[in-house]
Amino acid sequence: MSEIKKIKEEYLLKLDQVLDQNKLNEIKTELFGKNGIISNKFKQLGLIGEDKRKEFASELNFLKSELQELISKKNENIENQEINKKLKDDNIDVTLPGRTYFVGKIHPVSQVIDEVTSIFSEIGFSVEEGPDVESEYYNFSALNTPEDHPARDMHDTFYLEHSKDLLLRTHTSPVQIRTMLKGKPPFKIIAPGRTYRHDSDQTHSPMFHQLEGLHIDKNINMGHLKGCLYYFVKKFFEVDKVKIRFRPSHFPFTEPSAEVDIGYKIQDGKIKIGEGDKWLEILGCGMVHPNVLKNAKVNPNQYQGYAFGVGIDRLAMLKYGINDLRAFFESDIRWLEFYGFDPLDVPTNYRGLSR
Amino acid sequence: MITSLSWLKNHLATKANLNQIAERLTEIGLEVENIKSSNINLDNFIVCKIVKSQKHPNADKLKLCDVDIGSENLVKVVCGAQNARDGLFAVYAPPGAVIPKTNLKLKVAKIRGIESHGMLCSGYELDETSDKEGIIELNRKEKNIGDRYFKDAGEKTVDIAITPNRPDCLGIRGIARDLASSGLGQLKKQPSIKINQNFKNPIKISIKKEKGRGCGIFGSVYIKNVQNKESPEWLKKRIISLGLKPISAIVDVTNYVMFDLNRPLHAYDADKIDQEIIVRNSKKGESFEALDNKKYTLQNNMCAISDKSGILGLGGIIGGTRSGTEFSTKNILLESAYFFPSPIRKTSKALNIDTDAKYRFERGVDPNSIKLGLELGMVLILDICGGRPSKFSIVGKIKDERKIIYLETKKFSKVIGFSITSAEIKKILTSLGCSLRVSGNKMKVLPPTWRPDIKEDIDLIEELTRIKGYDKVPLINPGKENIKDTLNYKQKLFHFAQRSVASKGYTEAVTWSFTDSKVDNFFSELKNEIKLSNPISSDLDVLRSSLYSNLMISAKKNIHRNFEDLMLFEIGPVFKGSKPGEQALMIGAIKTGKYSRKNWIEKERNFDVYDIKNDVLRTLNEAGIDIDKIVVSNKTKKWYHPGRSGLLSLGSTSGPELAYFGEIHPFIVKKLDLRTDNVLGFEIVLDNIPESRKKIREIKPKFIISDYQKVVRDFAFVVDEKYSSGEIINLVKKIDKELIKDVRIFDVYQGDNIASGKKSIAFNVILEPKNKTLSDNDIEEISKKIISIVQKTTGATLRS
Repeated sequence: MSEIKKIKEEYLLKLDQVLDQNKLNEIKTELFGKNGIISNKFKQLGLIGEDKRKEFASELNFLKSELQELISKKNENIENQEINKKLKDDNIDVTLPGRTYFVGKIHPVSQVIDEVTSIFSEIGFSVEEGPDVESEYYNFSALNTPEDHPARDMHDTFYLEHSKDLLLRTHTSPVQIRTMLKGKPPFKIIAPGRTYRHDSDQTHSPMFHQLEGLHIDKNINMGHLKGCLYYFVKKFFEVDKVKIRFRPSHFPFTEPSAEVDIGYKIQDGKIKIGEGDKWLEILGCGMVHPNVLKNAKVNPNQYQGYAFGVGIDRLAMLKYGINDLRAFFESDIRWLEFYGFDPLDVPTNYRGLSR
Repeated sequence: MITSLSWLKNHLATKANLNQIAERLTEIGLEVENIKSSNINLDNFIVCKIVKSQKHPNADKLKLCDVDIGSENLVKVVCGAQNARDGLFAVYAPPGAVIPKTNLKLKVAKIRGIESHGMLCSGYELDETSDKEGIIELNRKEKNIGDRYFKDAGEKTVDIAITPNRPDCLGIRGIARDLASSGLGQLKKQPSIKINQNFKNPIKISIKKEKGRGCGIFGSVYIKNVQNKESPEWLKKRIISLGLKPISAIVDVTNYVMFDLNRPLHAYDADKIDQEIIVRNSKKGESFEALDNKKYTLQNNMCAISDKSGILGLGGIIGGTRSGTEFSTKNILLESAYFFPSPIRKTSKALNIDTDAKYRFERGVDPNSIKLGLELGMVLILDICGGRPSKFSIVGKIKDERKIIYLETKKFSKVIGFSITSAEIKKILTSLGCSLRVSGNKMKVLPPTWRPDIKEDIDLIEELTRIKGYDKVPLINPGKENIKDTLNYKQKLFHFAQRSVASKGYTEAVTWSFTDSKVDNFFSELKNEIKLSNPISSDLDVLRSSLYSNLMISAKKNIHRNFEDLMLFEIGPVFKGSKPGEQALMIGAIKTGKYSRKNWIEKERNFDVYDIKNDVLRTLNEAGIDIDKIVVSNKTKKWYHPGRSGLLSLGSTSGPELAYFGEIHPFIVKKLDLRTDNVLGFEIVLDNIPESRKKIREIKPKFIISDYQKVVRDFAFVVDEKYSSGEIINLVKKIDKELIKDVRIFDVYQGDNIASGKKSIAFNVILEPKNKTLSDNDIEEISKKIISIVQKTTGATLRS
């Protein structure tokens, strides 16, 4: 038996019996250390006759790589075994709760304002705002509702002690006037905001939210109004079918004026929008009265258009099945967390209005 | 406004039923709010006979009756009444009937295992007597079986919401005219009247020509020898259907005419009038007792109907008791007058009186209806009470203020979106009472005297659209072009900051803009409260000057319900003054209670100032402000704990105020009875967050990656406690802005081993070289520099 073969057999056997890392390292040193068997053999290569040297070197190299491979395999095995052994005892109760975190919520009114804004931005509207405290002029007179007109009775108004002329706006319509006075036509705006009426009972809150809409250009007619609102209602309620009824009504600042009803039915105790034969009023609208345009320094012979006002809280109640308007403003944490929205739920066109 | 079909048919020849009429009314702008039965539907209560009654097999006190209701088969009814017996005639209510007393709808139901088909009724259940004990015993014959028990089921009425522009429809004739115009029948002509009126009104009437007078025309008729009495049945029913109480024939007739023609009348007992009637402006302090039994003291220039002894009534608003009619009244003066809307409104507002007459006059009564009203009132009174009428006396005259309106056919389609022919225009406007002449493309239209709302062409266009039907308006799909960006910077910031705060775990509240001044004063720097003159209640008396006011009130409510660990915020306006626009947009957020409690993995601890500081800094950062530009100082507001609160300002401590944060002052927390000692909050002044002039893509420098090793070195100093950590950090950072990437405090300590008045502060400095690997020498050099500068500037000593 050649020397090489002998080494091989001896060490194959040794390696086979090795169980731990230390022993393996020992063998490794025995073979490949400074004075290791294999290392020494290489040192002796020069002493071998030229005729046999080549063959011997080749065999030695072969042995070297064979043993090295074996050692590294063995090494890996031992390491794996050690990890496995650790894993066996290493477990925790993953059903225990993790560390404290806090989840905030967005109020349904804010969510609906974002939804509505997203819808109207798709059809070219931009957002305007106006102050909560208004003068009689902007809230009423400029909107073709002169003093001593019975139409003022439709709005129970909060007045400020400071002056009889100052009040909390009863609707978002004064934003129409402010917008038109500071710019030049065309106008295509929505204005969401807080509105106030001296009314407080089960179904009325002294503060609520409205969304004003105004589109003024050279040829905007009542058909555009209808198309715009039809588009809005369909998008907002996220239904394919929608039943809408335009019903003549009266607002001093629009003519003709209309109230818009949507069809609904009650199914399994829940309201279903877009079907059924019941009607629910959701907004008021009309063609902007020429007197309003005049008051806003817009020439009614050149420009015309429509305006509308929607109750935002009402929309939220309908879409999300909320029954009690008063609860919106009571800040009961249970209510806010129940009806609130995740802050990451930003209504957009491409992601959809709601989850 | 309430009407019934039969009353409507006095004015309208129509075959339509009530439902069709109601639908059409809504379509033309007279919105039907509801259709009411004067009683619940009583048609199905039937006279029956108990053929056989026996004990219920499963109940001692119940009886099982076979009842003959006039149909082929007997029905089985379970009944609890002791008087249910064979041969008794009774009242039967079938399944589906609604019991008048309880408003409950009957169903077929199993009672103790046996089905009962309907019910035998007691007087109590039918709301007729208070007898609950037994069922009604009828004295009827076999042939009555199956008859309806209630002879008159009552007529249905429709309740219509009349918009303020349509006074004409506050009379049933006006409603009939609109229906006729819309094609649902024909408006009947008013019958002409031939009555012998051959003596002069013996009461002299005059209207004083004063400035701001309230009465334009005063028409009247004197009727002598009337016999006032209860109204006949038909009239009573009409009065009741309006929701009014019948009083006497004379009063009921005046009410009837008011609702029939929108023509208020007033009847005086002529014998109680002192000599003559003078319509004049009142003088301050004059008073009278009105028909609502209240005494009113008048101000100057209210429209008074008076006689020689003083005030009789307020013209167009309410009459007085002194001249009121009674059953014993013999001679009457019936008034039909025209009062101007504006003075009526002023007077009724000042005196807080609301009557049906006032409601009509302030909206506008047809000034041409004076004679018509006198005629109808007179005829009805003569009919019911007899008597002899005088000639009409009509005093006063008003200017016809109607103007010819020019209407272009083209304008209709330009505004409405579909076209209409001249013939249609003519037909519709004529049917509404307009007179018109066509001249070329234009029409000259004169509106009727009962339509004060029609003043210009757009008013006519509305009429045409309404009668044609809003469903004819085409639907034009919206265009998608934007005139400008949807949101401006401030609006974007609003939406962004709102969701940024919520994402830190705060729940958004929306609260009223008004609040309790007692709470708001804690959080206000205003000299004067912004008070409402008519608050909803005394604890909602001012506009809020801080978002904290309502948040604290909300927190208190929640905490008192045992939800003590709260994170709430609001974004919205606070008010700085009473004028429009004197408001600021703020975020207010509060945290109360504990971060964690009784938790297996974390130590129980309160929320603290550093929690809230993080929240507000992160929000500002997310809103686009560079953290390095935010300066923290302790210049805070009076409502914060003076030693545990801070101001975040931009650039320097005197830069724009971005936010406040900290513990709410313990004094306030106690006063508000929040039942917790840990209330923290932050306020962000959104209006002070500046818009960057450049987009992010323009601001960002080129990205440079450094291949050289980052080095971290620790330092610990003992320093006078007056130095804040912020000062030390800034000091170190400034030493080499290129090399020093960050300075992080990892320990602050006061106590044992540290002299009093001093503190130990430990931090590490992160060095990121850009152009070479730092050698030991380099590191040594910068370390020395840090130590010497900190020591020199603050007098600190290096802690070993």
